[in-house]
Amino acid sequence: MNDLAIAVRHLDATRGTFHLRDVSFELPTGFVMGFVGRNGAGKTTTIRCLLGMLTPDAGEIEVLGQPLPADPALREDIGVVLDHSTLVEDWRLTEVERALAPFYSRWDGARYRALLEEFELDPRHKVKELSRGQAMKLGITLALSHHARLLVLDEPTSGLDPAARDELVSILGDFLTDDGHSVLFSTHITSDLERIADYVTVIDAGRVVDSAPKDELLDAYRLVRGGPEDLVDPDVDFLGLRRNETGAEALVAAGQVDRLSGDLVVDRPTLDEIVVKMGDHR
Amino acid sequence: MRVVLSNTSGVPLYEQIKEQVKAAILAGELAEGDALPSVRGLARDLRISVITTTRAYADLAQEGFITNVAGKGAFVLGVDSELVREQLLRQVEDGLTAALDAARLAGLDRDGVVEILDTLIATDEPEDAGAATTDRPTGHRTEGQDQ
Repeated sequence: MNDLAIAVRHLDATRGTFHLRDVSFELPTGFVMGFVGRNGAGKTTTIRCLLGMLTPDAGEIEVLGQPLPADPALREDIGVVLDHSTLVEDWRLTEVERALAPFYSRWDGARYRALLEEFELDPRHKVKELSRGQAMKLGITLALSHHARLLVLDEPTSGLDPAARDELVSILGDFLTDDGHSVLFSTHITSDLERIADYVTVIDAGRVVDSAPKDELLDAYRLVRGGPEDLVDPDVDFLGLRRNETGAEALVAAGQVDRLSGDLVVDRPTLDEIVVKMGDHR
Repeated sequence: MRVVLSNTSGVPLYEQIKEQVKAAILAGELAEGDALPSVRGLARDLRISVITTTRAYADLAQEGFITNVAGKGAFVLGVDSELVREQLLRQVEDGLTAALDAARLAGLDRDGVVEILDTLIATDEPEDAGAATTDRPTGHRTEGQDQ
């Protein structure tokens, strides 16, 4: 088995006026990567490239060991949940199965029906009658029914209530008990999925800001706060520096903390804080 | 196996898992040869990343508490009494160090500290070893920088 589920190297891509520049990251097989960044940072464009929906201008992509463009059979190994439904709205869930099953050699009808029941989805309902949470669960049901080894989820939590987000965490945890299974999800809300992510790639304005095991990434930065006169040391890079009458706040590489002067509070940042500060330096 | 994680203790999750499994082994709740949940099963049940549980198990293996058998899972090793004693001594040292730090802040001299210690020993009720390692109040970690 290949030990990388996804390898993206020096990817450049254009979508309208938006450009991805030199995007690189790797997801080892058996793990979860959170692909985080603000709206418009390039998450969906990167995912479109990964899925062969957009042809890159430059760079290489390997998915499950196969370089893109890949054999169409690779599609069977990948389960995709996009933030918009690609299904015909008037289909009932029974018709969804009838329409999609022929495209997958390993389609498992019993699994499909069992998962619908587990997720409390009524097979007689139409696609357009589903709530956001139910549509997400249908997407995952479809992916699991053709025995995908890699799940790619674009903004799976957007529009979901906390209970449904919680359920998603359980579903992904179950999926990952098989060490040949991997997950890439993009999100702009990091708190829900922060705990289950093994790796994190932060993207901003079309470039990868950092990509590392989550704990290493969280360890690499400190959030520092001081008075309005503080955070002026010339040999320190202050990311997302914000200053007002009562104080100043910025993200700093952990290795530069020793160079700071003044009476400061040094905290470990959350993933959300890293994403916000990284995006603040324009 | 009982593992209860806190999101706000400031102690890293892998550390919390490690300390709780260790405490269970030292307390005899987990015996030699007992199987631990798989790293992936534990990650699912605790709703945390696989890397976190893997790291906790790797640390436990490195410290000689468990062994990871490829393809089979993780098992509790026999704890030799020397190791247990060393671990417990370290806990005593840690606890006393924390007490001395507090005493210094409170302006207590040696006699004052000894007096408290004597009183505690006199009224001693044996404390649960597990609680002593897991309930360390660390709070939100801040590091003041003053140069």
